[in-house]
This record gives sequence, C-alpha cells and structure tokens, in this order.
Amino acid sequence: MPSDADAQAGQSRPANSGGKDAFPHRHLLSIAHLKPWEIRFLLDEAEHWVGVNRGAAQKHDDRLAGLTQINAFFENSTRTLLSFEIAGKRLGADVVNMHAATSSVKKGETLIDTAVTLNAMRADVIVIRHGSSGAVQLIADKVDCPVLNAGDGWHEHPTQALLDALTIRRRRGYIEGQIVTICGDVLHSRVARSNMLCLAALGAQVRVVAPPTLMPAAVECMGATAYTDFDAALHEADVVMMLRLQNERMDGAFIPSPREYHALYGLTPERLAKAKPDALVMHPGPMNRGVEITSGVADDPNRSAITEQVEMGVAVRMACLDVLTRSARGVEGW
Amino acid sequence: MVSGTKIAITGGLLADPAQDAPTQGTLLIAGDTILASGAIDVPSDADVVDASDLVVAPGLVDLGVFRTDKPAFHFGGITRAALMPDQSSLLDDVGLIREATRNGKPDFWVHPIAAATRGLAGAEMAEIGLMQRAGAKAVGTGRSWIADSGVMHRVLSYASGLGLTVISHAEDAGLAGRAVATNGETATRLGLPAAPACAEAMAIARDIALVRETGAAIHFRLVTTRAGFDLIRAAKNEGLRVTCGISPAHLFLSDNAVSDYRTFARLSPPLRSEDDRKAALAAVADGTIDVITSSHDPRGPEDKRLPFADAAPGVAGAETLLALSLNLVRDGVIGINALMRLLSANPARILGVNAGSFAAGSPADVILVDPDAPWIVDSNRMAAAAGNTPFDKLPVQGRVRRVMKGGVFYG
Repeated sequence: MPSDADAQAGQSRPANSGGKDAFPHRHLLSIAHLKPWEIRFLLDEAEHWVGVNRGAAQKHDDRLAGLTQINAFFENSTRTLLSFEIAGKRLGADVVNMHAATSSVKKGETLIDTAVTLNAMRADVIVIRHGSSGAVQLIADKVDCPVLNAGDGWHEHPTQALLDALTIRRRRGYIEGQIVTICGDVLHSRVARSNMLCLAALGAQVRVVAPPTLMPAAVECMGATAYTDFDAALHEADVVMMLRLQNERMDGAFIPSPREYHALYGLTPERLAKAKPDALVMHPGPMNRGVEITSGVADDPNRSAITEQVEMGVAVRMACLDVLTRSARGVEGW
Repeated sequence: MVSGTKIAITGGLLADPAQDAPTQGTLLIAGDTILASGAIDVPSDADVVDASDLVVAPGLVDLGVFRTDKPAFHFGGITRAALMPDQSSLLDDVGLIREATRNGKPDFWVHPIAAATRGLAGAEMAEIGLMQRAGAKAVGTGRSWIADSGVMHRVLSYASGLGLTVISHAEDAGLAGRAVATNGETATRLGLPAAPACAEAMAIARDIALVRETGAAIHFRLVTTRAGFDLIRAAKNEGLRVTCGISPAHLFLSDNAVSDYRTFARLSPPLRSEDDRKAALAAVADGTIDVITSSHDPRGPEDKRLPFADAAPGVAGAETLLALSLNLVRDGVIGINALMRLLSANPARILGVNAGSFAAGSPADVILVDPDAPWIVDSNRMAAAAGNTPFDKLPVQGRVRRVMKGGVFYG
C-alpha cells in the first residue's frame, strides 16, 4: 500500500516482485536519488540486523564471505569507518581500510587513478568518504562494483540519514508527521542535507535552525523550513537533532565565539523543555560538549538516542552492504 | 596606392558591422587590405571568390582568451584574440608580451593583455608602458579582481595616461572567496561552496566609481547578472567609458547546468540564475553588452575530471562562439550586423586595433559563414586543445567555411 508520504510525493510505489524492484540502484550515493519506498525498504532490512546484532555473542552471518570490501577514506573518520568495518566483518566480508593519509593520494595521484586502482584490485564493494562534494559519484562512475557514499564534502551522507531515520522510527514508532528540528551548521553539513531529504521523503515535518551565516540559500528546496530562533524551532518538536560545529568555524568567521554559539544555539535542559516533553535528542557525533550540547542533555538516557544512533549505524550499513551486493552474489531476483 | 593581388568576394551577404542591415554585395581586397565593399564593379584583374548563400563578415576578434589555440580559432572564424595575462608564465614582463605577439602569425594575431600588477598579485603595478610598447593592447586584472581599491585606482589612472583600457574581472574577492557556484538551489542541493550573485555588482560598482574619478576606460570582460547590467547601463548613460562582455555559456546556460557536478560547466564567474540569464539576453538586445567572447580556455581531464570544487574553471569556447551567438539572430534578439559588432568591431575598438571593419584600408580579415549549416557539438571531436564544452551533443547552426587573415585564405 502506498503511504501518505508516497502520495504526497505524487508517486505511487510500483508493484514489487520481491527482488531488485525494491531497490533498483547499483550504488548508494545519495538520499536524493531514492524514492520513499526504497528508503523504507532499507530501513526494514536494517531492522533484521538490529535483531541479529542484539542477539547472541555470535553475530556472524557469512553471506558476504569471499567478497572484498574496501573502505577508502580520503578524509579522517573514526566512528563511520569503524561502523562500516564492523558491518562488513559481521557479514563475513574481507574488509580492507585505505586511509588517505598513508596512501598515494597524498603523493598527487588523481582521484580517478585511485578509483581505477581500487577497481583493478577487484573489490566487490567500495565504501568511500571524501572531502569534496561529488567525489564519490566521480569514483562510482569509474568502477565496476557497488559504491557506498560514506560522506562527500557538504553534499550527502546517506547512511547517516538512514540510521537517524531508523532510530526515530524505533523510538517514536513512526516518522510521518513527526516534527524534527535540525540545529547547527546546516551550511557545511552533509548530515543535514541527507537528513532533510530523507525525513521529508518519509513524511516528517523538518525544521532547520542555524545562524544565518550557517544556513544554505534556498534551503526550502530540500524539504525543510528554515528558522533562526532556536526556541521557535523547538516548539512542539518531537525530535531535536544537533549538528557538530567544526572547530575551524568557531573562530569568528561564521559565528563570533563558541560561547555565543552555545548561548544562542546550544541544547541545554532548559531549551529542551520548549520541545515536546518526550522529545528525542540526537547527535551524529562526535559531540562538542558544552558547545552545541550540554552533557546533561546528551547523557539523559530517557531523552538521548545518541548511543542508539551508533548502534543503528552498524545495522543500517549491514543492510546496505547486503542489498548492494545481492546482484553480484546471485541472490534470486537480484 | 594599394598593391598586391586583388580578390573579389562576390555574391555574399555582407554583414558589415558599420551598417544596420546586411546587404548583398562584393568585398574587394587588394593585398592584405580591404579596398571597397558594397555594390561595386568587380575589377577585371581580380580573382573572384563566390560567396553565394554565405555571409561575409569581418574575422572575429575574441576579447579574452586563455590559450593560443589556432585550430580552434580557425574553426571558429576567429582571426585575432586578446590573450589574458594568466599564462603559465604570467604576462607581466616585456619579453613575454613580445613573444606572445609573435605567437600565431601570420595566420592568426594575438593581442596580449598586460598584467596590471606584478605576478597578478594585485599589489605592485607592472611595467604597463613598456609592455604597451612591446605590443600589449590592454591592461588586465586576469582571473581575479584587484581587491585593494588604492591599487585599482592607480592602475586605472596610469593606464588612462597611456590610452589603454583596463580589463577587469568583476567578482568581489571577499564575497566570492573560494566559491565555485552561485548561491541558490543548485549549489545548496549539491553542497558546493557558493557566493551571492551580488559579488559581481559589488565589484562593478566600485570600479565604476574609480572610473568616474579617473576618467579611465574599463572593460568588464564577463558580466553575468541583472544587477551588473543595470550598473553598466547607468554608467554608459552617464557617459563613462565603461564596456562589458559576456560568453555564450553565460548567455545560454543557467546554474542548473552544473547539476550532477558537470565540471565542464564550472566557470568563472560561475553560471547564474535563470533570471540573470534573461537579463543578459535583454542586455544584448539593448546594447548594454558590447562584446561576446569565447573566453576560450581548453582544459584536459587533469583539470576537469576532478570533484567539482577541485576542477579548474573554463570552457573550450572558440569553436562554438559563432554558432551559439547566431542563436541571438535566429531568436530575433539582434540582427546579424549588430552581432558582428559584438564579435568583431567592438572588441577591436576596445583594444585599439584596426580590425572588425569593411572600411577601405582595414586589414583583410574576413570570414565566409554558412549561417544555417547544422552540426552537433561533440566534446570528443573538437579542434580545440581540449573538449571541455558544456554544450556537448547540442545541435547548432552556423559554420565558418573560409577564413582570410591579412588577405590570405587559410583553409
């Protein structure tokens, strides 16, 4: 049955034979490319892995055994890299990590040459993070295997949006009609872009709030309503998603000081009281405690879903790795 | 007394920039010079070239290219180009200017633009006067704007003393920063560093104030926004020596052309909104825009097959300059004669070179154009040094059949 959100988007879900129709994409490069039902399909797949991960000490499922997963990270990352590595290993893949800091990229090799090299090593799935918007798509066009975008510049970070959506769906029961307030450096945030698109596609009312210097132009095109007053944006909110403020943007170029930012846009228990009484608090991590969020809020187990986001991250990434490799693994219908 | 072989180009439609409308007639050339044009008798000793069904126009003068790329210029009917100072060895030195003027002769003439400041750094004035003596035809700020208003003031007043036009890049450096796109929906969706379009009007407004102060002549090589055109229009009405140009890419594409991170559509200044593009067409129609330039900047994969923000800006525009510009005639924006003013007479006047004219005594730089000949732009099969065109696979009309430079047909 098409949901209201699908109907809103003016699209009806095609008949699904159970196989590749559910997710007819070779890569996962962005949320912008996905239909609402494709997003829900990935979330449903991830639910299965949440159960597996929470189950017995033995978490292995060897469906990706013999496949090589390369995590090519051209930008530093700890948690996303770890999450993709764990996801791949739990599925039995041979996971190899390539860090830009120790790779030939630093020696001037072009991105295309790197892509061709990775391809020649017969990777079965490549997970890429890169500091430039569009870089992952550029690589995806040059390789024969599925590519997963683990964050490209300010553009998108689709698995983050999926894990956030899964977290909200599990904690709140559903996403449609939920008021989600995303606060922080929206301008430079791929997390915000993917989340705006994903949550709007799933029928949430998305609000974004930031000082005007950190708000992208025409942000309404992403399906969100823009605010500058945090209190107004928090009114009746079901979910409050805080974004990380990068250190290099605190020096007076975009905001006067971390102290002022905290006063205007920091999430404190008093601020959180403006949202619904049971509003969920989220943060993609790593947090600047005392800047965009106080420890009192971040560590409140009744309100904070921050550690659950990390948990959902592994499940979502397992789902994506599984789905994207089905065709190569010869799964029936794919 | 003009000597040399006489050539009579007959039967064609003469698109003389000095006339209002094209007329059927003959162009008579002696040696390397035009002798007469119009309804004239063909002398018995002249070689006759039949130009039936063709438009006869002055060779194009391209004000502001980044590379001397003769095959592309020949294809496009460009017989002279002003070379931007942003070369691998910057044109801020007398020797390099002299070398640049020789590069291309005899079948193609390069008119170098001298760097206004040493190293184009926007601080110390370069040896503008000596470079003029070596052949520089204008002074330029290059790819960037001179941010220091004091420096720009001195550059303008010094250049005006030499009778040189200053060719400025109109983007406020502070606002533009490291932006690669114009603020708006496309840049937001793609997550690209973007600057507000008013960066252009900011730069133009300041430079016009300095022109008013110094009496200098300025040419804004690429103006692309409604606010920019409004400022230029007002400055012209005021009688200031202000001119401006645009490229076909800015006339026929808006910023949604960069969707999918198409680096061939990465330009400087960046592509603008559809509203600004429409303002550009209106500015062509009302004469606010003086010049259409190819802004030819061939770039290979090492510069273009990169993430969008890391790719170099620029298009290989020489081959498509005329065909795309002819759309303005077909769409009724301007007539063919006015187009030839934009493509030859006006840029020649701004550079102070004798070209872009059918008047007796003008150099015989002539192109024969089949204005309706259809062809398809193909980035894989271009005469240019690289195929970075944002118009790949676009069907266009208008092809240069013959190019004459200095009285000699080449190709």
